[in-house]
Amino acid sequence: MDDFAQASAVENVTCPFCGLLCDDLTVERDTAGALRVGKNGCSRSITFFERGTPPLLPRLGGEDASLQDAIAGAAEFLRRAHHPLIAGLGTEVQGMRAVTSLADKLGATIDHMHSKGFMRNLLVVQNSGWLTTTLTEVRNRVDLLVIIGTDVVSLLPRFFERVVWNRDSLFGQDTAQREIVYLGGQNIDTTAGIAPDGRKPEVLPCEPERLPEVAAALRALVAGKKLAATEIAGIATTALEKLAERLKTARYSVFTWSARAMDFPHAELTVQNITETIKILNQTTRSSGLPLGGNDGDVSINQVSAWISGYPVRTSYGSGHPEYDPYHFSTDRLIDRGEADVLVWISTFDPGRIPPATNLPTIVLGHPGMKFDQEPDIFIPVGVPGMDHRGVLFRMDGVVALPIDRLRSSTLPSLGEVLAAIEQAL
Amino acid sequence: MLLKLTGGTVYDPAHGIDGQVMDIYVRDGRIVDRPREGERIDQEYDLTGKVVMAGAIDMHTHIGGGKVNIARTLLPEDHRGDPVDHTELTRAGCGHVAPSTLTTGYRYAEMGYTAGFEPAVLPLNARQAHLEMGDTPIIDKGGYVMLGNDDLFLRMLAAQKDQNAINDYVAWIIHATQAMGIKVVNAGGISAFKFNQRMLDLDEKNAYYQVTPRQVLKTLARAVYELGVPHPLHVHGNNLGVPGNVETTLNTIAGVEGYPLHLTHIQFHSYGTEGDRKFSSGAARIAEAINRNKHVSADVGQILFGQTVTASGDNMSQFRNAGHAHPDKWICMDIECDAGCGVVPFKYKDQNFVNALQWAIGLEIFLLVEDPWRIFLTTDHPNGAPFTSYPHLIRLLMDKTFRNEIFSRIHPDAQKMSTLASIDREYSLYEIAIMTRAGAARLVGLHDRGHLGVGAAADITVYTDDPDREKMFAKPDYVFKDGELVVRNGKVVKVTWGATHAVKPEFDRGIEKEIAKYFDTYHTVKMDHVKVTEQHIAEDGRNHVIVQACKGRRERTA
Ligand code: SF4
Ligand SMILES: [Zn+2]
Repeated sequence: MDDFAQASAVENVTCPFCGLLCDDLTVERDTAGALRVGKNGCSRSITFFERGTPPLLPRLGGEDASLQDAIAGAAEFLRRAHHPLIAGLGTEVQGMRAVTSLADKLGATIDHMHSKGFMRNLLVVQNSGWLTTTLTEVRNRVDLLVIIGTDVVSLLPRFFERVVWNRDSLFGQDTAQREIVYLGGQNIDTTAGIAPDGRKPEVLPCEPERLPEVAAALRALVAGKKLAATEIAGIATTALEKLAERLKTARYSVFTWSARAMDFPHAELTVQNITETIKILNQTTRSSGLPLGGNDGDVSINQVSAWISGYPVRTSYGSGHPEYDPYHFSTDRLIDRGEADVLVWISTFDPGRIPPATNLPTIVLGHPGMKFDQEPDIFIPVGVPGMDHRGVLFRMDGVVALPIDRLRSSTLPSLGEVLAAIEQAL
Repeated sequence: MLLKLTGGTVYDPAHGIDGQVMDIYVRDGRIVDRPREGERIDQEYDLTGKVVMAGAIDMHTHIGGGKVNIARTLLPEDHRGDPVDHTELTRAGCGHVAPSTLTTGYRYAEMGYTAGFEPAVLPLNARQAHLEMGDTPIIDKGGYVMLGNDDLFLRMLAAQKDQNAINDYVAWIIHATQAMGIKVVNAGGISAFKFNQRMLDLDEKNAYYQVTPRQVLKTLARAVYELGVPHPLHVHGNNLGVPGNVETTLNTIAGVEGYPLHLTHIQFHSYGTEGDRKFSSGAARIAEAINRNKHVSADVGQILFGQTVTASGDNMSQFRNAGHAHPDKWICMDIECDAGCGVVPFKYKDQNFVNALQWAIGLEIFLLVEDPWRIFLTTDHPNGAPFTSYPHLIRLLMDKTFRNEIFSRIHPDAQKMSTLASIDREYSLYEIAIMTRAGAARLVGLHDRGHLGVGAAADITVYTDDPDREKMFAKPDYVFKDGELVVRNGKVVKVTWGATHAVKPEFDRGIEKEIAKYFDTYHTVKMDHVKVTEQHIAEDGRNHVIVQACKGRRERTA
């Protein structure tokens, strides 16, 4: 058993703060329990690990309250509710298991804060499927990386260090020769794509909302069609033709995109143009998708929801069995149309993820550092998984799940403990 | 707590008991000989006229892990057809081809099953498999971990590493993933697909490592044997679904030099190329080979007509077959220089020649393999059909009239290509008890399950003898799990959580140095973080690991 009162440097810490789940950090703890990232951090992990968490009491109607009273108060709200909505869901596997248990009991609807982007991918999966890969494959095989409409690193800071510019690889590749193409988007910071020898990535920018045209054109070219237009959304057709050729000769190309960043109507069709391009390429060579994500537990909670209920989130237990509707059961829609009557908002990793503005009675279970524009009816600060208590998180690729550890002494309960207590008190 | 199960007709093949009327006593979850002097019987069940067997064991069923959850996510339309409401006792979920974990546990128990083994645990995805199995109530669980397409093993093989070093690595993987055995899927082929090879026959070389599936199979079969792991190497052969693959399968049997081998879903690997359509039954040749080779066992992977989903580690084959997807959507994945997966929904139709013949081939194998201790009842859930169709399958085996009636309705050309109607065999209750209980437990290495002898765990199923075997096996009167009544009249009456079985073969831990360095240099996780510990499995507050004995490490055999 660790003695959390002692100062210490913990090695090989798994960082829960983005979908890469780097597991090589050194985190130092002083006698007061403050954490400092030593080796292998990034700016994001430093912000998140080193954020102080003042010992904080729950609040009932804005007043300090005991945990017991806050739990009883939450149970009271939920007992009276007809259509509770449990949203945010910034948590890990064990927390999500408790969420699904409570939702089943209450007949609640569940949704995640990043569903808007996540659903763009999921709609494609459920319509046509896809071919994807995982981080260790990318690290050892990618020879052509096509990055679509994102810089990657603002979501996943160590992406290039971990899986693109790694020095050693398994199959004799000179990783410094890997080709990077940024396709679409504007004013994207492409410095992370510069090779160790200074070679610059290719950048083919376009206005973000014109990405659909570019993705459709690339798919057509890879399928062997000819385009009459000389340019697509400002990108020369010849440049896209060249890219299509490179994709066909590459041995293991990888496409990556952030569905969250594709903020235009029917972005799922753009995702589908990418994934269908990959399918075509695989008729003759190998190519894979690597959709970005995993932050705030979005991959983890959808995994848990799928095995517990059969469906990802945007699922309602209201009729006694799970029902899934990626449009109808969105947080925004349920709140806007007045279909939910209590909001339970969960964000255990990020204090910045506060609930949407609403007149609904609101219970927040979250990071103790949360600051609200609008004080919720009940606020129960809970521990940060991977700092205050153990847990399990899935990485962005949905395959590797890693344990996250406790790093310091904490008086904060875990989300799972609070939810179980609320369920008991019903 | 002492239970008495009085006067049932008992089928307990592990002890040669074939329909004998007897009493069974259960104290604190275990079967005992008789009450102690003056010991009070707390509860008695009158089982006069009832059929009593050990709880059934599904030795190959895809119930947990990445590809199963992908299948769930892929098919909301299928779930909508089988919603499961929550009750006072049980939680909500969904059923049919890729049921939720909760529904999976309830429904297995309601069919009299008390254990199920996930046959395709990927080392780098083992944590997910155990999380899902941990959320599968009532039944016991366990997994076979996949090797033979992972870079480290292929690298060791290519470097002609000493068998002892390989054994150490294999044992390390078993420990790290809390597994019951080793499975190999399309040996070397999943890896070859990553190098853009599209087929890999038994003696064809993987383009990068220059090793053949035959070498992979032999080395792993030997490792499993020498480590004393009770479950033989579990083999999903090369060339799944390819007409003519019967030759590959026969060569596979011959290729392991007598080491124990379990061939899974062998129906999918028993195809010839005769006839106008160049697709024929290899069942007779396969059955003959199994009958002759006592070191070989198989489960059938029977297909049954209707919608299902195929979920496999074999993405090389799944990609090849993706054109048949119904509905038209599918997923393939390369995984961590370790494995792969492919999920393709599929609808088997009795008026489709190939599907109809697949159905007949599976049944031919069941009926032509003579020794029920070496052939096992599976649909390779959900690949051939969902597990909920087992009672129907049992009736097909036990009832010739029923079988022939269905046979007469399948595609006429398939009827012409099959000898099924000429096979008179009907399985007896004793034989069913062997293949679903005693034999399965012995094969998996569950020393205290699958039988009703003194000291066994009291996993017991009680049926009403009914000539309609489908009805009988669909709805047991009672199911006891570790001595607790969990099902009455085919409905869950108590939710327990079962346990996870694993083996712990001895090995030289010195191997960890090499493995750790390998992970540090090439992978994106640390070796230590790959490990699933017993504590991790117990962390949900209800599951725990039961360690089943290995017979002890053998000296090198050659
Ligand atoms: S890249 Fe992501 S997982 Fe890695 S250290 Fe930074 S925040 Fe943590
Ligand atoms: Zn299988």
